[in-house]
This record gives sequence, C-alpha cells and structure tokens, in this order.
Amino acid sequence: MADEKENQSPPPPKKPWEEKPVPPQPQDAREHPLVLEVERACPGRVREAVAFAGQITLKVELEHLLELLAALKGLGYAFLVDLTAVDWKDRPEGRFEVVYWVHRFADSARLRVKAPVPEGAEVPSVVELWPTANWMEREVFDMFGIYFANHPNLERILTWEGFQGHPLRKDFPVEGVDTGAAIYPDVFPPGGGPVKPKGGA
Amino acid sequence: MADLQATLLGGEEMEVSFGPQHPATHGVLRLQLKVDGERIVNAKPIIGYLHRGTEKLFERETYPQCIPHTDRMDYTAAATNNQGFVGAVEKLMGITIPPRAAYIRMILAELQRLSSHIIWLATHALDIGAVTPFFYTFQEREKILDLFEEYCGARLTLNTMRIGGVPWDLPEGWTERCRRFVEELPKKIEDWERLLTNNRIWKARTVGVGVIDAEKAIAWGLTGPPLRGSGVQWDIRKVFPYDHYDEVEFDIPIGKNGDTYDRYLVRMEEMRQSVRIIRQCLDKLPDGPVMAWVPKVIRPPKGEVYFSVEGPKGELGYYIVSDGGVTPYRVRVRPPCFVNLQALPEMVKGHLVADVVAVIGTLDIVLGEIDR
Amino acid sequence: MSELLWTYVGIPLLKILVILLALVLLAAYLSWFERKLLAYMQIRLGPNRVGPRGWLQPIADALKLFVKEDLTPGFGEKFVFLLGPVLIIVPALLVFSVIPFGPSPNLFITDVNIGVLFVLAVSSIGVYGIILGGWASNNKFSLMGGLRSAAQLISYEVPMGFSVVTVLVMAESLSLVRIVEAQREAGVWFIFPGFVAFFIYFVCGIAETNRNPFDLPEAESELVAGYHTEYSGMKFAFYFLAEYANMVVVSSMATVMFLGGWLRPFPNVAALNFLDVVPPLGWFLLKVAFFLFVYIWFRGTFPRYRFDQLMGLGWKVLLPVSLVNLLVVAYFVALPRGQV
Repeated sequence: MADEKENQSPPPPKKPWEEKPVPPQPQDAREHPLVLEVERACPGRVREAVAFAGQITLKVELEHLLELLAALKGLGYAFLVDLTAVDWKDRPEGRFEVVYWVHRFADSARLRVKAPVPEGAEVPSVVELWPTANWMEREVFDMFGIYFANHPNLERILTWEGFQGHPLRKDFPVEGVDTGAAIYPDVFPPGGGPVKPKGGA
Repeated sequence: MADLQATLLGGEEMEVSFGPQHPATHGVLRLQLKVDGERIVNAKPIIGYLHRGTEKLFERETYPQCIPHTDRMDYTAAATNNQGFVGAVEKLMGITIPPRAAYIRMILAELQRLSSHIIWLATHALDIGAVTPFFYTFQEREKILDLFEEYCGARLTLNTMRIGGVPWDLPEGWTERCRRFVEELPKKIEDWERLLTNNRIWKARTVGVGVIDAEKAIAWGLTGPPLRGSGVQWDIRKVFPYDHYDEVEFDIPIGKNGDTYDRYLVRMEEMRQSVRIIRQCLDKLPDGPVMAWVPKVIRPPKGEVYFSVEGPKGELGYYIVSDGGVTPYRVRVRPPCFVNLQALPEMVKGHLVADVVAVIGTLDIVLGEIDR
Repeated sequence: MSELLWTYVGIPLLKILVILLALVLLAAYLSWFERKLLAYMQIRLGPNRVGPRGWLQPIADALKLFVKEDLTPGFGEKFVFLLGPVLIIVPALLVFSVIPFGPSPNLFITDVNIGVLFVLAVSSIGVYGIILGGWASNNKFSLMGGLRSAAQLISYEVPMGFSVVTVLVMAESLSLVRIVEAQREAGVWFIFPGFVAFFIYFVCGIAETNRNPFDLPEAESELVAGYHTEYSGMKFAFYFLAEYANMVVVSSMATVMFLGGWLRPFPNVAALNFLDVVPPLGWFLLKVAFFLFVYIWFRGTFPRYRFDQLMGLGWKVLLPVSLVNLLVVAYFVALPRGQV
C-alpha cells in the first residue's frame, strides 16, 4: 500500500525520523522560573544555570553546596532522585564533580545540581536532608573515593572491605588491578587480582 | 515492662547471617540480622556480591555495544532496561523515533513489566509458603518469553532495542498471538488472585507487614510499586511520558496503608493496566519504518542527560555524560532496586524473621541491578 | 512349648515385620503420591522418569539417600546429632503397634486398653528428636526450627488432647478397638456428633506433623530447611520418613476415632450391605488415603502462617473451642442417662 502511494504521488515531506537528528544545544537558564525561584531562596549561590535537552543544571561551588541543597529541600524538593559523581581527571577546578538530581512532586519539577570537588576534598553529606542519600553516598565513596563529611556509616558498599582503589576513577584499568586484598591467602596466593591473575597460580 | 521482660527473659540477641546463599534472598543478598528470639532488632543489608562493574564497562564500549550490558542488570526486565538506555542516548542526540518503533517498544516494555511482575508474584507467594501460584504464573510467563523469542530470538537478555528505534519489524502473526495472550491473561490474573487475595493466611501474613507511610517512602527515595503502595500517585509514564505513553489510557493504582498487602494489590492491578496498554498499542499500531535515520557511528554531542523510564521495579534512570566521543564518558544507572532495598531495615524493624522474607519479596529486588 | 513360642513370639514378630515393612514402603510411596498429586495440582507431571509413571522414584530416592555422604557438622554435638533421627523415627513407627487396621486380631499387633494414651504419649516423644537434632546441629537456622517446632508441638498437643477426650467420652473406652466398636454400636461415626472435635483434631494433627500451612519449623524460605538443615544421607531420610509416618499416624487416628476405623459408612443400615464388598482393611486404607489427600491438597493451596499467628491460633482459638466442645459433648452424653 505505502509503496504504491509513493510511486504515484510526489515524495511527501520528510518525517522527523527521516531527517538528520539535531542535537540539543546548551542554553543559559538564568531566567527560567525554577532557577529564579532558587535564586530567591538562596541568592548568589548559583554560579551557572544551563538548560540542556530540557533539563536544568545548577552549578554551585562546593562550599555552598549544602546550603543550596537545604534551600532546595525547603522549596519542596522532597525527593532525591539520584546522587552520583563524574571523574573529569585533569580538570583544573577540581577532578570530580558530584551530581544531585532532585525532584518536587507538586509540579514534577526536576533540577540537577553539580559541584566540582578537588581530589581529597570532603563533600558535606546530605543524609540528614534525604535519608536515601545514605547508600548513594556510600556508592560514590566506594567507586570514586570521594569522602562525605558527617556521613553516618561511610563504608564500601559494592566492593569488599579491604579493596584497594576506586573502580570508576578514570585511572583505574578496566582489566582490574592487584588490589592487594587477599581474603584467603592460603587458597589464593597474593598477586591475583579480582579479574586478571598476574603470574600467580 | 519491656525492660523487665528483657531482664527476666534474658533478652540475649543472636546474630543471624541471612544469605548470601539463602532460598529467599532472590540472589545473593546478605542480611545481617540481629534477632531477639524471632524478633528483628536490626537488619543490615550487605550487597555487592554480584558487582560486575557495569558502569565501568559502559565507559569502554561504544553506545550500541552498551545495550546488551543493560540487559544484564535487571535480568527480569531486559526490555525496560534497553528502553531507558536507548531513550537517554536518543534524547542526547535529538533523535525522534518513528511511531511504529515507539509502539513496538511500548508493547515490549509492557510485556516485560508483566513478566517481571509475574516473577515477583511467583517468588513472593513462594516465600510466604504458597507453592502453587508459582507454577500457574510461570506458565503465563513462558508465553511472554515465547513472544519475545519469536520477536528477537532471545528470551531473557533481549537486547531488543536500538538507538533510533527497534531492530526489526514484528514477525508475521505476532500481533495476533500477542493479542490472544493479552485477552487470556486477565482471566489468569483472576485465577491467581482467587488463590491469594482473600486468603485468610495470605492476608494475615501481608496486612500490616512492612508498613512505610508516604512521607517516609519519599524520604527513602522509593519509587515504583513500593511508593504507589504508600498512596503516592506517581508514575514516570504519566509524569514524563516517553515513547507514546501519552497516547494510551491507563490508570495508576495506588494503595492506602503502604503495607505488603497494598503493594501486592498495586502490582496485581498494574498487570491489568499493562494488559490494557498492550491492547491499545495493538489497536493503534501504526505502519511505517521501525528505525529512524541515525548516523553510522553514534557520536552524541558534548553534554549530559538524565532519562528515566518506569521500570517494573521503579524509576530506572540513566545519566549519560558524553564528551563527544564514540563511547560514553560516564553512565550512571539509577537503580530502583538499590534505592528501594535501602528502606528494608526501616520496614522490618520489630517484625519477625518470617516477615523479613515477606518484605524482601514485596520490594521485588533483583540483585543484578542492585550490584550492577 | 514351640506352639507357645509361635503364638507369643513368632506371630507377633511376623506381624511387626510385615507392618513395619508395609509402613516404610507406604511412607516412601506417600512421597511419590504427594509429588505426583501436587504436580497435577500445579499443572506439571511430577516424577515420571524412574520406572513407569515414576513408580520407582521412591526406591531411587531411598537408594540415593543410602549412598549419600553422611555429614556431621564439625562443631555439632555428635552423639546428640545421631540421637535426633533415632528419637523421631522410633516413636513414629512404634505408634503403629496399637493402631487397628481391621476387626480381626490379625490386622493389628496388639489391642492395649489404654491405646489412645499410648499413642499420645509415644508420639510426643518425637518432638525430642526435632529439638535435639536442631540444637545439636550447631546451626542457628536449625536451632530456630527446633524451637519453633517445640513450641508448636506443645501448644497443639493440648487442644488435640481435649478433642480426643471428647471421643473417649463418647466411646467410654481408651482402647482403639473399643472405640471403633462403639461407633458400630452407636450406628454412627463419631464425626457426626463430634464434628468440632474432629475439626480441631485434624488441624492440630496437621500442626503436629509440621505440614503446610503450619510447616514453620522447616519453612524453606525462612529457615532454609529448619531443624534438618545439617542432616544428610540416612539421617535425613529418617526425618523424612518420620514426617510421612506421622502423617499416616494422624490420619489413622482420625480414621479410627472419627470415621469409624474399618467400618463401612452407616454400618447398621442393612440397605447399604452391598458396600461390604470392600473388605474392612480396604475401608480403613481408603479413609486414611482420603486424609492424606487432604494433607497434600492443603499444601497445594495455602501459604504459611507466621509463628506468632500460629501460637495465637492454638492458644486463643483452638484451646477454648475444644474445652467448650468437650463440655457440650459431655453434657449430651450424660443427659440421656439422667446423670446430669
């Protein structure tokens, strides 16, 4: 059916899925109502606000992070959707970036908050604000080695206690490393990593 | 009184390691239980036994190569995992997928939701001691897997979606078979409910067990049926519709008390709603291509995007950071089970050992996704 | 002399041997029956590989258990660990010495005049096997299973006892043979006047044998395998066998006390004489089989109770009901004789 039509009539205009996709562009979102609302609640703390693909990102300095997040909680963002980090390796303003993604049920508004974290710096824990951050912060600690100040129980969560290294750092090889953590040294002689045995039996 | 009881009766606590090899922990979850007799004083989940570094692997693979890895996270719901990942990449690249592809995705995702809920019902009932529903439900799941197999060749790890659409059109006669299945399923769901819903023992075991109120559920970040069971009407499919969920009608069932029984009812109703969605999708299924035009090499622009779908277990989100290369710079998966499991100690405190099993079942966790 | 020896030693020994073998075989085949029946309830086929229709499956299971490695947990109490299975299997089999399978003296080993008491007393010893086994395993799950089982058995023994007393009041005898005869004389099975007692007896019987929905001591999803988690090989087989033997005991007792034992339905109605084509033993086995079927049926239908709910049911519901029932029955037994 469709083939016949195409043969008879001139080609119809291209459908959106036949065109070359146009990637979204980042835009300044300073004037967005949600950002203005945050700005009113916590003036001068938002360093940068970007809208990308319809999602608003607030960039904030690490020292103002807790203040801003507390203000967001006060604005009704009762739900912490996600908390994670990105390793930017050689970035000047700080190697890592912690990313918070908060949600408000009243109008389904979502905001992303990012703060750069230099290596060795401590990020304030938000467990007090959102209990759900507990395991997420543990995971970020486990995977990136970012310390969270005032966390009730900051221990490794996905890897085992005694694991050396933080797997999601960019300098951690995908093949794994000799973690030096021999759980049963008499059964598995030291030298065998979790993934790639090096030389050992 | 409680103190007196503790002094008189000893009150000595015992530590029980519940798992990782235990019939009721649905994989390799380990719970360190502190029990006073049979009463739970404290429960501490210990996870990570299934950690495979999926997020690390994503950074090494090209975008299309990442999709099979998503199958292996929540292995009971591969299609919804695929849907989330490809949706995120499409959002990042600005791809619009053809409507037929979107409808096929919705059908697959809802079938997957049914299959996941069926596994949940089977194991949940089995944990509480009802053996028979397991076999009744798995018979239906088998039919769903057959449909999957016919479509993409795989039954469990489907890898059935591509960036820009779906890889194949539906095989001939598939829609009729699918329709026959969804016409039959509501009757079967009624059968299962007849075994459980009004069963006195089932109610005794689930009503008032693992209660979590709406406020706490939000604070603990619960999503999916556990959140809806607490009375919060919240479904990504309605709030941030993806694919063409805004074109189909369905209700969001919610519970009242936030206990295990309510979550059970919510999931049972969700199955019916899924059937309803599939029916509408089959009715509306448009003609046309199933793949959008996408570049040969997927190379999204610099940027970051968070995209979430309503998985069977809750909000499944993908946060993708791209540096403009062929591999993602960072992929973060927001695992619903991981977040939901966190509320377990809160939910079982003060209950009996037998209730731990019920609560694990009602949270519907999959360790492949928790540990990634 | 040799005649005496034959009468008092030879025949009883032979009977014991026959009944013992039949019983063990019955218990083994009960597992086949259960698996098959449960399978049909659950739309599957059940065992069907060993022998025609899987008839040899119990034999294969037994052989497997015979040759399995017999493990003793390293930190367990070795002697008590060994004692556990003995303590559970011996009483389970011993009870059958007084159960009358039919009217002729050849169909029961002995008729003790305190048969009911004997059954109650001996079968309660079995709980030691469970507790000691669970404790000696030095496993927390086993211990919890053992404790659950102890609590369960003790609390269900009481209402069960009262429901049995109801029957004694009606039959005016403790002998099991007399109880059946009393039902013939009364012309009615005791299930009709003593329906409440029968119900309580059967519920308690299920609880005593740790069967679904009261199978908490071995609740797989909670306690792994409960008190027999650490047992393997023949020791495990004893626990297994004892469970099935106990099911047969409870069913047989229910048959004797409430369903008229080997009697056909309505034993005094001449119009139903044609039912006598089935021999008394046949009637007995038929009734027992019915109970066993109900056991399995329950297992295919019900979820499991929680520990505290189980205790609540036992003490708060069954015990008062059984007491009141006993009073009512006693009143109606005494009334026609002018003893009230």
